[in-house]
Amino acid sequence: MSVRHLLACSALALAMLMPALADAQRLIHSERSLYREVLVYEDGPIRCMCFTRNCRIGRQTCMNTEAPNRFVMNYTRMMMTALFLNPQPRSILIIGLGGGTLPQALHRVLPEARIEVVEIDPAVVRVAKRFFGFSTNDRVHVEELDGRVFVKRAQREGRQYDLIMLDAFDHEYIPEHLLTREFLQEVAALLGSQGVLAANTFSSSRLYDHESVTYAAVFGTFYNLKQDNRVILATKGALPERDQIARNAEQLRKAFAVFDIGVEKHLRMFSTTPDWDRRARVLTDQYSPANLLNLRE
Amino acid sequence: MQTALPYVIAGWSGFFVMSVELLGGRLLAPTFGSSIYVWGAIIAVFMLALALGYLAGGRWSLRAPSVRRLGLLLFAAAVSVLPTVWFGPTLLDAVAARLPDPRFGSLLGSTLLFFVPTFFSGMVSPYAVRLLVQERTTSGRHAGQLYFVSTFGSAAGTLLTSFYLVLYFEVNHIFGGLMGVSMVIGVIAWFGRGQQ
Repeated sequence: MSVRHLLACSALALAMLMPALADAQRLIHSERSLYREVLVYEDGPIRCMCFTRNCRIGRQTCMNTEAPNRFVMNYTRMMMTALFLNPQPRSILIIGLGGGTLPQALHRVLPEARIEVVEIDPAVVRVAKRFFGFSTNDRVHVEELDGRVFVKRAQREGRQYDLIMLDAFDHEYIPEHLLTREFLQEVAALLGSQGVLAANTFSSSRLYDHESVTYAAVFGTFYNLKQDNRVILATKGALPERDQIARNAEQLRKAFAVFDIGVEKHLRMFSTTPDWDRRARVLTDQYSPANLLNLRE
Repeated sequence: MQTALPYVIAGWSGFFVMSVELLGGRLLAPTFGSSIYVWGAIIAVFMLALALGYLAGGRWSLRAPSVRRLGLLLFAAAVSVLPTVWFGPTLLDAVAARLPDPRFGSLLGSTLLFFVPTFFSGMVSPYAVRLLVQERTTSGRHAGQLYFVSTFGSAAGTLLTSFYLVLYFEVNHIFGGLMGVSMVIGVIAWFGRGQQ
């Protein structure tokens, strides 16, 4: 047994014996931005971007430095299943960059697709490029702008996308103007006829009901996937049937294995059954207390 | 009545200004985002409008000051919020289409919507000081008490709006409520007993 093994074993033993004391997270980078402090922690091979000290409130994004393609977080796996609804989007808009996991993966699966990412915080873009292997090229672009400002402008310019991903929330703070009926109507206007919307959102708190009825008000029935987080998959046109989704998923099986996305496991998660209070109030630009609602059990 | 009303009006005016300011942030967010510079633009416009309002209020108090006229200021501030309720988002989107930079867009947008009501609100405090002060020896005490009620009102307006009002009501309904209270106090000041 080498010294390294011995150290690793004793570290493991220590971690098991004293979970409260063991704080193996190592801060490897921190930078202040206009909005927050962007921190990068490493815990063994897992590297995470966080907005709070010691990732106290949620991790924004994580990667496995020993296997960068394998997804670490469940919500990113669920988000990728948007391709089950439309496996060949040619133009993609992603609101919220994080570490760039989603644009990188989409670019790998669909090298010809045009991917536009909107990220409000230039520091997040810098950190994603430096620590999470995110890069831009002639197919992948990033614009530093508020998501809603971008969407309104894109609407004025008449742009269309086949896939739009909303990933702009963190556990602590929700940009409330990105969770209203009017915003979702603007997003829907950007979707082409086969367009799919994937939104990474909340699975707990009173907000769940309000958010659900708001999405339903704009998109009607949608697929709801839950594991830790919740991902909403909605379409502008008719929602594809399950057998269509299963066929599309089969096409993607090989490509998704690289990211450690299990096809069967995710197909089982697709649900259209409303499990929320349908009398909840729809969130609008006039009524959008998302953060206050998120405080309530 | 003669001394109570200036205090009530100044306190409510403080409440009104901060509540409108917070709702202004909500109104601007769909068009310009809720970045720190959007808030910076809003706060700057409110501060500037208050500053000029203080000057104007002081000047206006030189000519036949009365509680009636003080109530009129409250009334004017409330009425000038109406355009925001009627076509706030439309106007903001029109500004954004011509001025895409969210910093200057939000600066112009909040100036157009909120400068006038905040200016009238700013006139209230110095005008109320003029009504309260009878002699030099007690002028500091009256000014202090007036700053107290006005700023206390602002604190209450900030907290109530951001903790509770937005949780239960739509933005325009809150604007409506604020205008309603201002108008009721304005009417009381106009027709109240003992007023000229």
